[in-house]
Amino acid sequence: MSHVAAFGRFWWDFVVGDDWRAAAGVLVAIGITAALAAAGLAAWWFLPPAVAVVLWLSLRRAVAQEERS
Amino acid sequence: MVEALTIVLAAGVTRGWRSALFGLGAAVVVLTAIVAVLGPALTLIPISALRLVVGALLLAFGLQWLRKAILRASGFKALHDEAAIYAEELAEARTAGREERAGMDWYGFTLSFKGVLLEGLEVAFIVVTFGSAQGNIALAAVAAGAALVLVATVGVLVRAPLARVPENTLKFAVGVMLTTFGIFWSAEGAGADWPGGDASLPGVLIFVIAVSFASVVLLRRRRVAVAAA
Repeated sequence: MSHVAAFGRFWWDFVVGDDWRAAAGVLVAIGITAALAAAGLAAWWFLPPAVAVVLWLSLRRAVAQEERS
Repeated sequence: MVEALTIVLAAGVTRGWRSALFGLGAAVVVLTAIVAVLGPALTLIPISALRLVVGALLLAFGLQWLRKAILRASGFKALHDEAAIYAEELAEARTAGREERAGMDWYGFTLSFKGVLLEGLEVAFIVVTFGSAQGNIALAAVAAGAALVLVATVGVLVRAPLARVPENTLKFAVGVMLTTFGIFWSAEGAGADWPGGDASLPGVLIFVIAVSFASVVLLRRRRVAVAAA
């Protein structure tokens, strides 16, 4: 593996970790918050429950993986 | 920091303190340079864009910590055992070959350097993100330095891995804080206005704590139900 690829891999593992879907869910939730704010609507309420859903789905995936192994 | 101390102790005991302490010093220099370079560079970014990026990064990073802490607290993941990790590091360091470079045991230096650098990167990341988003990197760096001195002092006094530190509880707390600030800053950066401004931060914190504890309770119940079936 080249040094650049290894460097990228390290930062991916460091920030995203072993569940990329959780990180993607966070980005989608922030995007929806930005869209609500841009439309002039109240946007503050959206992110906390969205993060709770992302966390719970990520936990369910981890538990299912643990139970399979 | 607790994990870094375990690695430095293992390197020092088995390979000699000179190489272990040089490795520790070199890693601290690199980490300080990272904070010194990245910190001021980040403050050049407009505050709303910075909070969006920093908030998103903290949120992704914080959810990783929180997820692991919840899985450990509910019994789906083994608790971190510093004594076992220390024994493992000792055994590995004892069997490794000896190579002297510049009067130092290279294995001991590398083990200590890599351990402190990798564990310390998490701390540097938190210092840079929290410090830049609040416009006070120096204060964040001083707080991290104080924590480092505390862990190192206790380590020197007990000369053993800090096995009695409630590590998962600490990690749970850090995960909750990172996630809370991540939600708050990324929503602000995305253009949302929190009711009451900064005063709503405790509300977000209480929400994250409630969700985390509810997750632990639900997963524990599931574990018991699966074990009984």
